[in-house]
Amino acid sequence: MSDTATNTPGIAGEAERAAAQNGGLLRVLGPAHIWALGVGIVLVGEYMGWNFAVGKGGAYAALIACWFAGILYSCVAMIDSEVTSTVAAAGGQYTQAKHIVGPLMAFNVGLYLVFAYTMLEAANAITVGFLVETVAGMTGHEGLDPQPFIVLAIMFLAWLNYRGVLATLTFSLVITAFAFSSILILFLATSPVFGDSPLRHAELMTDLPYGWLGVLAAMHFGLWYYLGIEGTCQAAEEVRSPARSLPFGTLAGIMTLLIAATLTWYVSVGLMPWEYLGQSGVPLFDAARMSGSTALTVLLGIGTLFATLASANGCINDASRAWFAMGRDHYLPSWFGAVHPVYRTPYRAIIFLVPIALIFALGAPLDQVITFSILSGLLEYTFMPLNVILFRRKWPLETIKRGYEHPFHPLPAITLLCLCGITFFAVFLGYGTQLVAMIAFYIVVSLWFHFWRYRFVRRAAQFTMPWPKPQGY
Amino acid sequence: MLIWNLAEYVAWALAAVLGAYIIIDWLRTDSRYSEEELTSSREGQLEAMTEQHEL
Repeated sequence: MSDTATNTPGIAGEAERAAAQNGGLLRVLGPAHIWALGVGIVLVGEYMGWNFAVGKGGAYAALIACWFAGILYSCVAMIDSEVTSTVAAAGGQYTQAKHIVGPLMAFNVGLYLVFAYTMLEAANAITVGFLVETVAGMTGHEGLDPQPFIVLAIMFLAWLNYRGVLATLTFSLVITAFAFSSILILFLATSPVFGDSPLRHAELMTDLPYGWLGVLAAMHFGLWYYLGIEGTCQAAEEVRSPARSLPFGTLAGIMTLLIAATLTWYVSVGLMPWEYLGQSGVPLFDAARMSGSTALTVLLGIGTLFATLASANGCINDASRAWFAMGRDHYLPSWFGAVHPVYRTPYRAIIFLVPIALIFALGAPLDQVITFSILSGLLEYTFMPLNVILFRRKWPLETIKRGYEHPFHPLPAITLLCLCGITFFAVFLGYGTQLVAMIAFYIVVSLWFHFWRYRFVRRAAQFTMPWPKPQGY
Repeated sequence: MLIWNLAEYVAWALAAVLGAYIIIDWLRTDSRYSEEELTSSREGQLEAMTEQHEL
């Protein structure tokens, strides 16, 4: 059935591939789609959200948060690339946890994923409504109802996801590339290299207005520069060559975001005083308006809309894969583990999450929705260093083949754990009640899983990777 | 302005059409295929056939 020539993770012959795909998800994606999935989810954070770090601690605090969050997410990307290139299945970190840590951790991680992505999808839909309302206001029409545009954004993207993963992520690729190019164009157009520049860093930059405590508080919103890059793992079961494409797409994604984050900070703080920038709803759009160029204003307006749609699109894709994988393993009712026989998508998981996203998008305030998304993401990042340390301990490098081996282990894991601790404290300073409420929620559902749900799980069937026995067992 | 009022109605209509498409296709699919077929996906099918994860 296999030999050494084809014994590369994720590489199969045509006949094998056809046989294996009966009833399963389609393996049709390439590295560009992985890049688009990761960057697409995140890039909206450059267009809005990151600038609240400026409000917390000033322009330099936002830059320091950008660097530290950049280190945090580089660790996330490296760790994820190694583990997911080996555990190449839908569910991403949920499936990793199931194989490496245990069922209760996996159940919690699965819920972190679904919550983080569904809340982010709702936040993006709210933003689409806000953008349309803003454009209507600019044309002189006041009092536009944003609700139909919020509902349309969610329904359109759910429909796209329902119809097939290739079209979904190709759409993400096009609009993400446009949004990223818009940031590059804004930087080049305002740069002093091409003549008179509107940037006024010398006049606008100040010392840290709230000292180092402001820098700590800025870490909370510093996550926005990169929040969601780990979403690339969810495509593991639909990518043609997981061992190559997942590390390549994820690491190219984090490099793209480091560039985008730095350019965004540089242009924005050079055009707006920190007191204004720290409260702006759409900072890059405002930066374009401050540049005085109509073409840049239109470009960044479209870029903002595209970044928002790309993020919501990726979130639907990722949340549904996590929910589907949990259903397939009977961690949730197996009804959710169905694949559409024609479109090869987890259609029931996609449908189930639509009303949940609609409820939060139409009924919850934006800052609460975003905070719940960040908190779930942060819990997920805290799991990752423990996961990779256990992975290396149970299956050392010489025991199983990996698509990518991250360097300097365990330094990235320890760094990630320390930065997560600092960020938890930063979040606690601003949103302590939500943090405690969220942890209480996960404790309650963990008890439900342990005492009730786990009896339905087929315990032997859930471990599918053809790995040798772990060391010490 | 009229165009924005119209846009609101168009957005509601498009959302309803897309929602109806999804629901109709979902019900049709569930009635045409057995539950075994629909839930026949197994994690690691491809890996189990092509990989030994050995060096």
